[in-house]
Amino acid sequence: MNTSTPNQKAIIEIKDLKKSYGDNHVLDGFNMVLNEGENLVIMGKSGSGKSVMIKCLIGLEEHDSGTVVIMGKDISELNREELDDLRTEVGFLFQGSALYDSMTVRENLEFPLRRHKKKFGKITDTTPLVMEALENVGLAHTINLMPEELSGGMKRRIALARTLILQPKIILYDEPTTGLDPITAKEILLLMMSIQKKYNTSAIIITHDVDCARMISNRMILLVDGINYIEGTFEELSLSTDPKVQAFFK
Amino acid sequence: MNSIFKIIELFKSFLLEVGELSYFAGRFFKEAFKSPSEFKEFLRQCFYMGNRSLLLVAVTGFIIGLVFTLQSRPTLQEFGAVSWMPSMVSISLIREIGPIITALICAGRIGSGIGAELGSMRVTEQIDAMEVSGTNPFKYLVVTRILATTFMLPILVFFGDTIAIFGSFLVENIKGNVSFLLYYNQVFDALEFGDLIPATIKTFFFGFAIGLVGCFKGYYCKKGTAGVGLAANSAVVFTSMLLFIIDFVAVFITDIFYDL
Repeated sequence: MNTSTPNQKAIIEIKDLKKSYGDNHVLDGFNMVLNEGENLVIMGKSGSGKSVMIKCLIGLEEHDSGTVVIMGKDISELNREELDDLRTEVGFLFQGSALYDSMTVRENLEFPLRRHKKKFGKITDTTPLVMEALENVGLAHTINLMPEELSGGMKRRIALARTLILQPKIILYDEPTTGLDPITAKEILLLMMSIQKKYNTSAIIITHDVDCARMISNRMILLVDGINYIEGTFEELSLSTDPKVQAFFK
Repeated sequence: MNSIFKIIELFKSFLLEVGELSYFAGRFFKEAFKSPSEFKEFLRQCFYMGNRSLLLVAVTGFIIGLVFTLQSRPTLQEFGAVSWMPSMVSISLIREIGPIITALICAGRIGSGIGAELGSMRVTEQIDAMEVSGTNPFKYLVVTRILATTFMLPILVFFGDTIAIFGSFLVENIKGNVSFLLYYNQVFDALEFGDLIPATIKTFFFGFAIGLVGCFKGYYCKKGTAGVGLAANSAVVFTSMLLFIIDFVAVFITDIFYDL
C-alpha cells in the first residue's frame, strides 16, 4: 500500500464531465479532484469510460460539456500552443506502450524533447537526458534497440521513460499492468512508486487490477454508469457492503 | 425498393467521404504553411518514397517501352510508317502512359504503404502519443508525406519515361537497326513544350492525390488491426479512381488551351 501523504492542493479538477457517442452516454456527469502528490486510482468495468475520461482530460477527445482544469487552466479555453505547453507537465503512459516502432529507443525518447525549447531551452546534446530517463527505468542498455526487439514489460518501461523525459508534474497511467505477467506487473508498480517518490509527481491510474490499486493508491474512485459511484481509500472501498463495489474486490 | 435504398445509402456515404476528404485537404493547406516546417522529416520521406519506388518504376517503364514498341511495330510497318515510331512512342509516353502508369504503381506502392503505416500508428495509439507529447501529428505525419509524394512523383515519372523510351529504342535498335542518335533525335524533334508542361503539371496533382488519400485513409483508420488492411486497400482503390478523374480533367483543360 502507498503510505505517502499527499497535499490537499488540487492539481486537476473535473466537474460534471459529459461525453457521448451517439446514444451511448459514456460519461454522464463525472467529477474528480486530484491533489498534489497523490496517486488516484480510477477503477471500473471494461467499457465504463475510464479511458475516455483520461483522454478527455488530456484533450485527446473533446468532451461534450463540463470543465477540466489542470494546474489552474481550463483546457477547453486553451489554444493549440497553450495546450501543448500544458502537456509538457502531464505525462501519459498508454496501455499498449505506443512506442514509435520506426524509431530506436533513443529516438523515441528524444522525440518529445524536440518541441519543448520553452521548457528546456535549446538542447544541444540530448544524451544526458535520455540516459537519465533510461537509468530511472533500469534499461540504459537498450538505447540503440528498436521497439520490436523489446519484451512487453521492457516496452512499458521505455514508454514510462519517454513520459518522464519531459519531467511532468502529473502522470496519467492507462492500465499500466494490463497484459503483463504478475512479476513484471509488480516491477512496473514499484517503478511507478519510486518515480513518484523521486520526482514528487501526482498520478491518475486507470486500472481494473485490484492488486495494482492496493499497492499504489492513496485514494480510489469507482466509475460506474459514467459517474463517480463511490470514493475512498482502498480499505474503505474493500469493506463496503454495496454489491456494485464488492463486485470489484471479489 | 430495398436495393434503391442501398444505392442511396452508398451514394450518401460516398458524398460524405468526399466531403471529409475535402476537409482533410483544407486542413493540409492550413497546416502546410505553419511553423515548424518539419523539413528533415519531409526530406526523409522524399528519400524513402523515391528509393522505395525507383526499381519498380524502372522495371515497369522499361517493360512498357519494350511492349509498346513491339505491339505497335507491325501496324506501323503495314502502313510503311515505322519511321514515326520514336515520335509516337515519345508523345504517348510523355503525355499519357508514363504519368498514369507511374502514378498507378505509386498508388499501389506508396499510397497503400502510407495507409497501412498511419493506420497501424493510429490503432496502436502512436499518433495519440505524439499529440500528448506536444507534437502536431498532422503536421509531422500527414503534411510531410503529402508534400513528399507531390514532389517525388514528377521525378519518378521523368525517370520512368526515360527508361521507357530507352526500352523502346532497344526494340527499334534490334529490329530496325536504328542508331541511338537517330532515335533520340526523332524523339526530341517530336516533343514540344505543349506536351511536356501539361504532363508535368498533372503529375504534381497525381502525387498530391496519392499522398492525400493514403494519409486520409490511414489517419482516420478504425476497427483495430482489421482496419489497417482496409485502410491500405481502400487507399489504393480510391486513389486509382481519383487519378483517372484528375487525368480526365487535366486532358480536358489541356484541350481547351490547345483550341485557344
